[in-house]
Amino acid sequence: MQKMLHINADKCTGCLQCEMACAFENYGTFATAKSRIKVFNFHETGKKVPYTCTQCDEAWCLHACPVEAITVDKATGAKVVNEATCVGCKVCTIACPFGTINYVETTGKVQKCDLCGGDPACATACPTSAITYVDANWTGIGKMEQWANKLGNQPAAA
Amino acid sequence: MAWAGKILRVNLTAGTVKSEPLNMEWARSYIGSRGLGTKYFVEEVDAKVDPLSVDNKLIWSTGPLTGTMASTGGRYTVITKGPLTGAIACSNSGGYWGAEFKMAGWDMVIMEGKSAKPVYLYVNDDVAELRDASHIWGKSVWETENILKTSLQDPLTRVSSIGKAGENGVLFAAVVNDMHRAAGRSGVGAVMGSKNLKAIAVRGTKGVGNLHNPKAFMAAVNEKKKILAENGVTGTGLPAMGTQVLMSVINEVGALPTRNHRDNQFEGAKDIGAEAMATPRKTDGKKHLVTNQACFGCTIACGRISKMDENHFTIVNKPQYRGANGGLEYEAAWSLGAANGVNDLEALQYANLLCNEEGIDPISFGATVGAVMELYDMGVLTKEQVGIEAKFGSAQALAFLAEETVNGRGFGKEIGQGSKRLTAKYGHPELSMSSKGQEFPAYDGRAIQGIGLAYATSNRGGCHLRGYTIASEVLGIPVKTDPLEHEGKPELVKAFQDATAAFDSSGLCIFTTFAWGLADLAPQMQGACGDQYTTEELEKIGERIWNMEREFNNRAGFTAKDDSLPKRLLTEACKTGPAKGKVNMLADMLPKYYAARGWDKEGKPTADTRKRLGL
Repeated sequence: MQKMLHINADKCTGCLQCEMACAFENYGTFATAKSRIKVFNFHETGKKVPYTCTQCDEAWCLHACPVEAITVDKATGAKVVNEATCVGCKVCTIACPFGTINYVETTGKVQKCDLCGGDPACATACPTSAITYVDANWTGIGKMEQWANKLGNQPAAA
Repeated sequence: MAWAGKILRVNLTAGTVKSEPLNMEWARSYIGSRGLGTKYFVEEVDAKVDPLSVDNKLIWSTGPLTGTMASTGGRYTVITKGPLTGAIACSNSGGYWGAEFKMAGWDMVIMEGKSAKPVYLYVNDDVAELRDASHIWGKSVWETENILKTSLQDPLTRVSSIGKAGENGVLFAAVVNDMHRAAGRSGVGAVMGSKNLKAIAVRGTKGVGNLHNPKAFMAAVNEKKKILAENGVTGTGLPAMGTQVLMSVINEVGALPTRNHRDNQFEGAKDIGAEAMATPRKTDGKKHLVTNQACFGCTIACGRISKMDENHFTIVNKPQYRGANGGLEYEAAWSLGAANGVNDLEALQYANLLCNEEGIDPISFGATVGAVMELYDMGVLTKEQVGIEAKFGSAQALAFLAEETVNGRGFGKEIGQGSKRLTAKYGHPELSMSSKGQEFPAYDGRAIQGIGLAYATSNRGGCHLRGYTIASEVLGIPVKTDPLEHEGKPELVKAFQDATAAFDSSGLCIFTTFAWGLADLAPQMQGACGDQYTTEELEKIGERIWNMEREFNNRAGFTAKDDSLPKRLLTEACKTGPAKGKVNMLADMLPKYYAARGWDKEGKPTADTRKRLGL
């Protein structure tokens, strides 16, 4: 079963535990600036929205890479950057429609979410379950249940 | 070791910015944030200094746990000698600024001297420089943040700044970051303004690492986060209702100071508390409360984000107040509401937004308006003097006086001096509900005996955050004590004060102590900083910090007679509720408190106490 990160922005409080967990997992330091997941705080509406790579099947970044530094992790389906191969040309950052692959000045390579090999630190750290790691085929199941409850789980009409 | 190991020293007179190694000996003995920043301050500044003079200094200080994954690890403290009180001032703020500054690789910044022209400090990792602030001088906190983020072309910049109130020398001006988080009390913003310093804009990409034992740290952090999540207050009450959950609770125990402490219960409490914020308004059918909001690293998320009624009289033709914005928290809802007898929730939020926008402390502002309304009620102040009919309960007067105060106009200039100076000017100093010149927060010291003693002995003047005995006396945390009973409170107050000083110095938020004690802080400190930070050591450090602050105040000229409460709390009994007939028993508690502290009759730490604490 393929799993994916599922984001429910309504539950996000903006605490940035996910950003710290991501940086700590990958760099051993608490640096939100190095995180591969970002939380956006929309002040006018009060909404906080985490955003990261959705691991496209036909990944723009992977196809754009001239040196084939981005490959598929067969276990998780994640598109993974091989730092030893990456030349830092940044073409993938232009190709990605979502902005979720980015250049890292200190390494001279690009970075993106790799699902932490199947145990994403961001999802583990999230205190409100705004970020979960779930069956990729059933990301809609929570909403389906809500509507099923609203429409069907009621006393029968007399 | 979790400390960045470097501090910035900025001389505003000379225009220089220098990097210095952190004094690790002091860091080990005073931890960080409140304790360590205060240690630097008391070592470098003469206690007799005029707070608004060039010789006062102003320190932004983070803790070793600031910018880590320890829950609530995003806090910083602003330390100076306070212009409102003349005592040590030490105001703590959340939001994101503190963590960003720490992640830039700095533990603190010390501001010295006074700039000839308005400047701001720009910090981007190792780059730190003073820049011209003429384009943002005269702007609000909100405008300042937006202008700096736009002109620096970096939306990820975090800003700690003052609004017009700090520039104008309002004695309870705040330093505000992230639009609506504030180092709120004692007038730290006025000191910033007096130095022609507008803001500190920070971008930090280095992060916080170098932990003593990363594995042990993460294990402790995860275990302690679980405790917060499972606790009724930190896991359920605060995220759902915020600090506003207290409004009805405190009113029921008869400890909600009302109309400048004339009364101790407010008939309008239900209109301004958590339930009112979550109930659809009659006017437009929408709820005031939009959502909750966490500060950096916080797994509690008590912050409130609200939207006002667009047709409310206060914001007609003022679209800047229509979006989602910070508030109301309990203290502000009380000070702007019950303290003045105002039960119009929308008007309270409007005044609260002005406090955030231009940077003033809503507690001191609201409480000072309460004193003005009492003087008006007595006929001492007139409509001509105040500029409006300042009757208790008038939402119009509250909104008007908030505008006048933040903009430095008319009678607002007098309110900006705080209640102590204002009531003295009009011949009624007894009507200032304050200790050491700082106004009390939202708990009546007659109905809750321990908090009265905590107010009287607080090192920064009237304050609930130096020793929040409400936790024990009302909420039963960690053990329930009788709020009406004064026996045993001196020891309780001391224990809360010392533990709070340790938490404040770590970089974590004091709200964790609804679920945690020092025994929960210890393993996180040990993982981050070193094995010596046992529960007992943290307790001792907290007591050391408390005594250090006390000795600064003693050198500044404070004596035992300043550990006082207004006559009203000592002689005018509570009129209603469970505390009916009660006054605060300070005269009985204070000598016992001094004894528990190891102080002499003048309130000075004895030689034995100084030696025991390594002072």
